[in-house]
Parts: sequence; structure tokens; C-alpha cells
Amino acid sequence: MTARVGVVTFPGSLDDGDALRGIRLAGGEPVQLWHADADLKGVDAVVLPGGFSYGDYLRAGAIARFAPVMEKIVDAANGGMPVLGICNGFQVLCESHLLPGALTRNTHLHFRNRDQWLKVVNASTMWTQGYETAQEILIPVKNGEGCYVADERTLDMLESNGRVVFRYVRGNPNGSARDIAGITNERGNVVGLMPHPEHAVEELTGPSVDGLAIFTSVLQRLVTAR
Amino acid sequence: MTTTEPAVDTVGKAAETAEVEQPYGELGLKEDEYLRIREVLGRRPTQTELAMYSIMWSEHCSYKSSKVHLRQFGEKAPKSDRMLVGMGENAGVVDVGNGLAVTFKVESHNHPSFVEPYQGAATGVGGIVRDILTMGARPIAVMDSLRFGDAEHPDTRRVLPGIVAGVGGYGNSLGLPNIGGEVVFDPVYQGNPLVNALCVGVMPVDRIQTSASTGVGNVVVLLGAKTGRDGIGGVSVLASATFDADGPARRPSVQVGDPFAEKLLIESCLELFDRKLVVGIQDLGGAGLTCALTETAAAGKSGMRAYLERVPLREQTMEPQEILASESQERMLAIVTPENLPEVLALAEKWGVLATAIGEVTDGDRLVVSWNDEIVVDVPPASLADEGPVYERPLHRPADLDLVQADRAETLPRPSTVDELRSTLLTMAASPNLSSRSWVTEQYDRYVQGNTVLAQPDDTGMIRLDEETGAGIALATDANGRFARLDPYAGAQLAYAEAYRNVTVSGSTPIAVTNCLNFGSPEDPAVMWQFSEAVRGLADACQQLGTPVTGGNVSFYNQTGTQAIHPTPVVGMLGLIDDVARRTPTGFRSDGESIILLGATAEELSGSEWAWVTHGHLGGVPPKVDLDRERLLGEVLVAGSRDGLLSSAHDLSEGGLAQALVESVLRYDTGARVVLPEEWQEGTNPFVFLFSESAHRAIVTVPRSEELRFTEMCTARRLPWQRIGVVDAEAKALEIQDAFTVPLTELRKAHEGTLGRLFG
Repeated sequence: MTARVGVVTFPGSLDDGDALRGIRLAGGEPVQLWHADADLKGVDAVVLPGGFSYGDYLRAGAIARFAPVMEKIVDAANGGMPVLGICNGFQVLCESHLLPGALTRNTHLHFRNRDQWLKVVNASTMWTQGYETAQEILIPVKNGEGCYVADERTLDMLESNGRVVFRYVRGNPNGSARDIAGITNERGNVVGLMPHPEHAVEELTGPSVDGLAIFTSVLQRLVTAR
Repeated sequence: MTTTEPAVDTVGKAAETAEVEQPYGELGLKEDEYLRIREVLGRRPTQTELAMYSIMWSEHCSYKSSKVHLRQFGEKAPKSDRMLVGMGENAGVVDVGNGLAVTFKVESHNHPSFVEPYQGAATGVGGIVRDILTMGARPIAVMDSLRFGDAEHPDTRRVLPGIVAGVGGYGNSLGLPNIGGEVVFDPVYQGNPLVNALCVGVMPVDRIQTSASTGVGNVVVLLGAKTGRDGIGGVSVLASATFDADGPARRPSVQVGDPFAEKLLIESCLELFDRKLVVGIQDLGGAGLTCALTETAAAGKSGMRAYLERVPLREQTMEPQEILASESQERMLAIVTPENLPEVLALAEKWGVLATAIGEVTDGDRLVVSWNDEIVVDVPPASLADEGPVYERPLHRPADLDLVQADRAETLPRPSTVDELRSTLLTMAASPNLSSRSWVTEQYDRYVQGNTVLAQPDDTGMIRLDEETGAGIALATDANGRFARLDPYAGAQLAYAEAYRNVTVSGSTPIAVTNCLNFGSPEDPAVMWQFSEAVRGLADACQQLGTPVTGGNVSFYNQTGTQAIHPTPVVGMLGLIDDVARRTPTGFRSDGESIILLGATAEELSGSEWAWVTHGHLGGVPPKVDLDRERLLGEVLVAGSRDGLLSSAHDLSEGGLAQALVESVLRYDTGARVVLPEEWQEGTNPFVFLFSESAHRAIVTVPRSEELRFTEMCTARRLPWQRIGVVDAEAKALEIQDAFTVPLTELRKAHEGTLGRLFG
């Protein structure tokens, strides 16, 4: 008994294969979704992967939110379906207003790829229940526009409502406000983060296997919910 | 637009007006070359034809100065059952077993990157990626070998950040992990930075594509971006000869890359290949449509008919010769059967890729191109693609070489106290060429695709090809311009040996070579001598160690005035590993393991990084080459990896043992205690032991339990080895016993700050 998790491929998506692999290694059934098809193929959860959808033209994620598949995903997310946005996927979630705030150019203006320590701040979302609160995990970051920004009121609200999910520790790689690496919506079913858990699922190819729990978390949640 | 369109120069006109003077000189053609064109055609060429010949017979496209030398790569090629496609195609293809084939190639984009660093470097990556795609392969990784002028020079600060951002920007957006390369500084590259980009791809053996256009009646389809006025070089001369001064501007421009368009082009082409919808395919790179049309027709020994007015243009005022010469990026030319055409067009549309039928394959052996019903080109395609001029340029050993070789670095003053030795180690670790590359490599995505097993700062990049079997490939690129300046034959072999070693330290077996030969002007007999010696050295090395050259690239004219760059043959080595889980990583990690130095150390300081950094000195002869020793070292490293005897391995090259130790302790923040062997303890011997750049050496760490087994293997195979110390995780320092100790924090500060301080 397992769950079907879809991964959307937009034109310019790059880490879709990695997300599919992460789901498979976590024991889920990965399902490819195509941006132009308004069809979720009966999946139980959705991952919006990293990359440069539509070349990141206009603004990262700004065009992807208008893809036919996104309308379905926004509806499903509002109905409680678990949705995870990684990097470019996080940008798409913000552009779709499923999550508040925005991602802007890294303050140092360079693309940066490094192995980054994160602290799990909220271990009760659908995507993080497999972690311990305050656990530190090592996950790659790689982005040019990963600086999380929002107005002070929104940031205060996120903090006081426990909606900051991950925080950068031992250095902030992109200048994000309050070291925020990932956030969730009120229900805890939609999570967006800049770092790439799908690149930390195998000893051989990642700096750790700390990313796997993201995928096992949601699978466990979906299977026990049945 | 107020300018009236000038009448187009047609084939008919050309036949009637033999006397018209043509600007062949400005287009870079010699008089005898021009006369040969007239002889081939039996008339004067049209303007458009003249432009095509000038491009295809240029050094860049025709290899006219290098061809006679490059033949050695074929003549001396060792027999290899793995070779599926050899030199001469867009890229060589080797069989890696399990039904898979790998294709790889390195190519230069030096001049454009100097003029416009970001776009020059970005389109360099884009171009080599299309070469790999053209063979039928999915590109799976890139590497970049970069050389700049003095690190402190203001122009280096102009050029480097843009080039690095361009390499990163394009590769990252394509989803190609960047797994390694080089960043080297030397004033000799001031004004002539080198940007050599390598791409590797993989495909099922039965998906290999050909560029040959065959099948009369088959359709010629142009895929990808619209054609604009970018990258039009010499052809602008023609335009200025035709127009008044106040006609439209015809300034050439560096090509501008659009990685998103390339990503879609890649995905659509791969789907075309998988669905067997193309007969032939060719990328558009240098020389654009001219090159693609003539090469596909020449390879297919067919005729071809093309209609230029069908080519989608960015600017409607483009002339036929501009359309044919444009180097607009992200375009491919496919040959498809008429039955498959609708499916090809539909598939392209699915990916949002423009696809246009612009011609067809014809009987006979003429390439005929029209522009609004006027025939502007009627040529035998082979005369452009294969039968260009070939030169035996004069060679002359540089007049100053004896003097340079006599000025040996072994005579330079050396650090004589332990304090001086300690500070030399820190100075070297912080020097631009030896300092940490992470300011550069952090701008590259090394994780995408999830198959990167090793990447910078490892000695080699390693990619897993198959998740089931664990089969993988390793790739390294290396060059040493200083060694090649001192002795180009040995220098090329040392570059080869270093690349070979970098592949073997990871536990992989070298199987094939690509190269990018960067030199000054071939019209200078001294440069041409360097070139011929370097090619001979590399071809001999490939023959001796059994790794055929599968393809590559020559870049001449890397010089400002009479000052040529150091001869810089960049060698890219491809290796195979049965199971990537068996790879040997770099970096000390496990407390108490023995550090063993493999190979023999001699007093070899000429051309070394030490001589350069501390004395600004370049002279003498490079380290002695012994390729059989390199092979032996490689066999031991691969066997050690296969049998699980090694915890880590690191090659010794620039900066010698000291640099290998610095990188090994910093990698996982794990210290080491080094004990100098008895014969290296007296006088300045510790310095020589630490900084000599003797070739064919590596350090490995071995668990105590395996030490005897490993060293007995070395002894049995007659590979010199010395136990030089032990990994000490507690100490948090690099200690050279009876000499000095450097805490890792101090070492890290020296090693990691340099590039960020210079270019951040």
C-alpha cells in the first residue's frame, strides 16, 4: 500500500527526474505530470520541482502559475492535498498565492550551490512530520533567486503561527529574511522551500540522506490517512 | 526602411561578369585560395558563395594549418573495440557496455569570451552541448577549463566574473551538472583568456545519429531559434562593400544565448531520435547554416536544394549571405522523410520549438540555394566542407628556447628555515592558482540529474550512468601551459599524464581522449613548431597508453601582437568504472589511517608553481615523463579501488605534495601528521619533497588493516611507495614533523579567501 505522488514538468523544469527518484526511494509511486494537461492523474500529492520554468523569464515562477495544470493544483491544495514546492516550485507557489512572500535575487548576486545546514522549525506539516523539531539537516542549496522576502507583518505572522518550516543555520546562503528557508500554509499541507531535499536522498550522490524524510513524511501521512 | 534593396548577386550574373572585383582579401582569403574557388566553380563566386568559402576555408572551420599534424591522432591511434564513431564527426562516440555509448568533446570559445565574457562563455557551453546532442546523446554533464591573465589585473576582474557567470548561467539553466575543470591565472593569457567547455552525453548504442543527408526527396528542416544578425563576422565586409556609408549598419555581434530555447531543443531532438523520425541531424554552430548545409550534403554525398526565404528571420532585411553566415544560437538542421514531416512538425510544436522545412535532398552533387527565386549559390558541397586548403606551415624551434631551458628553477633560492618553509606553504596555499576554487564552482549546479558521484574539488568528475548496475564514467581535464612552453612535447604528455592520473585516482580506467589545442598564430613558425611538438607528444602518449583521441578542437591566433599565449593543449580524459560505489574519493577522513605516497620524487622545480609564485620564474625543463610509470600507478590505483583497499586518493600536480596535503586535510576538516622520509630530511630537502612537481605520483590513505596488503601489491608491481604519515582527526592541524605545524583554521583562511577577495 503506497501513495501516488505527482511531479510536474514545466518547460524548463530540471530537477523533475530527481524528485521522481526521491519519491521512488521513499517508497512512493512517482507519477509524471505535464504542465499543459489539466489532469492530476489521480495523484495523492504533488511536487513542483526545481529548475527554470519558462526560462524564468519575466520573474521566476511567474509564467508557470498560469499553466493549465496549476489551476488543478491550486484547487487541490486549497482542498487539503499535500503540495511541495522546491526552489523554482517554491517560487511558483508564491506566485500562485498558495504561500505568502516572494523570492528575489540573492543579495550577493551570484548563483550559489553549496551544502547547507537547515534547522527544522516545524516538524508537524504533512511534509516534515518525519523530522524532529530543532533537528539540523544537511541539504544542498542551488539558486540565483532564493532570497525570501515578505513585509514585516507577514514575517511576524509566519513566525507566530509556526509557519516557518526550515531556517538556514551556520550561514545564510542568499540573504533570506530571518534566515527563512521554507514555509507552509495555515493547514500545513502546502510547503515551499529553496533547498533541494531531492539531492540528499542517496549517500552516493548527495551530502547526506537528510532529504529523504520529506518524501517519507508525506507518504506516511497519506497511507495512515486512508 | 528607406534604403532600396540592392539587386542580389546571382549565379547567372556571376557567370556573365567574370571581371567584377571581389573583396576576398578582406574576407580573409588568400589570392590563390580565391583563384581555386573560381577554378572549382568555373566562374567567379557570387557574393554569397564567396562568403561561404571564406567561412568554411577559415582556419576555424577548415583546420588548414593543423590538419597535416592532427592526422597523427588517427595514424597512431591504438586499436580500441570501443570506438563507435571516430574523429571528424561532431564528437567521437565510445561503447561503454550494457548497450550504452558515451560521447564527449571539448571546444574553445576564447575570443568571444574576451569580447563579451558572459555571452561568449554561455554560448561556448551551448555550442558544445549541441555537438553532443547531434550525436544522438542526452547531455549529462559539463566541465570548463578556464585560463585568465594575472589575477590582480583589472581586466581579469572584467573578464572572469562574466565568464564564470556565463558558464554557470547556461549550464545551470539546461540542468547539466558542472563536474569539474580548471581555473588558471598567468599573465600570458592577459587579453587572450581561454574558455574551453566540455560536454559529455550518453545514449543507447542504437540511437547514434549521423549528419549525412541521404534519400532524394527527403526534407531539410530547420529547428529552433529564428535567425538573426548575431555572430556574423567577416561577412559584414561584404555588406560594407555593397552599401554606402549611410546604409544600414552591419556590425557583427557576439552571439547571444537563450538556454531555455536550448533546453526545449534538446528535449524535442531527443524525442525525435527516440521515435526514429530523423534520417540525419546537424547542429548549427560556427558558420551557421553554411556549415550545416554543406556538411550534411557532403557527408551524405548528395545534392541539396535550400530556399533561404523560408528561413524564419529576426530581421527581415537580412541578406542571403547573412542568413547563411549567421551564428544565431539554439538551432539544428534535421533531414526527415516527407512521410514523417507532419509528425516532426507536431512534435516540435509540443515543445514550443520552431520547425520549418527549408529545402530537400536532391540527386547529384550540387548545393543549390535560392533567395526569392534567384539562385545565389550553386556549389559542390564537398569543396566547402572537405576539400578546403591544406597548409604545411613552416616550423621553427623558438630561438629563445635554449636560453629558457638553461635557466633552471632548481638554482633559485629556497626557503632554508622551518619558518620560511611554513610561510611558503601558506603563501602557496593562498596563491591564485592553488587556492580554493569554490568561489567559482559554487556558481555551478553540481547536483542536478542526481547522478553526480564526484565533482570539484575532487580530482575528477564522476557520473553514474545506470542506477541498477552502478556503471559510471569519470572525466578530467588538464593542461599545464608553463610545462608546454618549456617543452611542448613533454608538456602535452604531462597534461595527458595528469588527466590520466586524475581519472585513475578515482578508481576509473581511462579509455578515450578529447583535446582542445590552444595556441598563438600558426603563421609564426615558432608557434607552429610548438603545435607540431604538442600534437606529436599527445599522439604518442595516446598510442602508448592505449587511449584513442575521439575528437577535439584547435584554437589558433590566441595572441596579442607578437606575444602568443603559452602553448596550451588541454586534455580531456574519459574513464570507466564498473560500479561507482567503488570510487575512491579525495580527502582525509578516518583517524589513524596511513598516508602513502606512490611514485618517485626527484628534485624537479622548473616550471613549477613554486618557481612562479615565489620568484616569477619560468625556465628549465619540465619534470621527466615516464608514461609506463603512469600506467603502473593507474593500475595500482584502480586495483586498490576495486579491492576496497583505499579510503582516499589524490593526485600530485601543481604545488606538489604540499598542495595535495593541504587539499586533503581541508576537505573534511581532518588533520594529518607527516613524517619526512629519512633521505628527505637534510638541508632544503624537506622543501624539495614538499614542492617538487615530479610527475606520476599520488597520495592515498589506507586503513591499517589493509596497509600490508596494499604496500605488498605496490612492491610486487615495482611501484615505488613511501609511508609518509598518518591521518590525525584529533589534531585539527597539518603537522610536518620536526618542521612545523599549521592549524586547519589558519590553513583554511589562507586557502579559501583568495578568489572571493579578488572577484567577489
